[in-house]
Amino acid sequence: MTSTIELEQTREADHAERDLPWIVIVWNDPINLMSYVTLVFQKLFGYSSAKATQLMLQVHNDGKAVVSSGTREKAEHDVARLHAHGLWATMRQD
Amino acid sequence: MFERGAGGELELRLARDERALLAGFATELRAVLDGDPGDPSLRRLFPPAYEDEDDERGYRELTGEGLLDGRREALALLAKTTDRERLSAEEADAWLRALNDLRLVLGTRLDVQEDTFAEELRPDDPRAPALAVYGYLSWIQEQLVEALSPE
Repeated sequence: MTSTIELEQTREADHAERDLPWIVIVWNDPINLMSYVTLVFQKLFGYSSAKATQLMLQVHNDGKAVVSSGTREKAEHDVARLHAHGLWATMRQD
Repeated sequence: MFERGAGGELELRLARDERALLAGFATELRAVLDGDPGDPSLRRLFPPAYEDEDDERGYRELTGEGLLDGRREALALLAKTTDRERLSAEEADAWLRALNDLRLVLGTRLDVQEDTFAEELRPDDPRAPALAVYGYLSWIQEQLVEALSPE
């Protein structure tokens, strides 16, 4: 029994490695308004005001923040929506 | 300046010359977008998604035209609605994106940095008139963001 479970877990781990999620990063820039960036995070991702503000502050203070993740298709879709709103966003496999 | 009414509408209170100014900027940027795609002041509007060149080329092919069309449409809608008393939610959203694009392009041309406005503008700075316009656009956008932000 135990070995079966372990085997299952190993399989899942293999699967997870092949499907490593892609992360979407927003970088700080000197032009976009802080309030605007917060509003865009709320609008695009449905984040609460508190979460959107926290991410915006992370971008502002640390220079970047991971704002979403998932499959490559989802990440690309999110990056394109962020680009449509003028945010400086990139994506990479985590 | 922007007051949110029922049903997501925005009431628009702007002086006539401000409306004309905004319409003029929007029309101007549309012309720039229709011109040389290599214009360095447009660079900031189309940042790369990927580090890898092949991946980036694929992203451009997939999204490039849609992103350009979206910008053209938002600017056209801004230019078309500056004389309105009220904006629908869709029009207000176009204003938000178009104003941001105007600031991105102007800010890139002026090489705006985090500390650009830390000190008072010197009137003899050759960038002063354009920086004043940039400051005005930032102020308008700040008001619009405030009106559109969820409670």
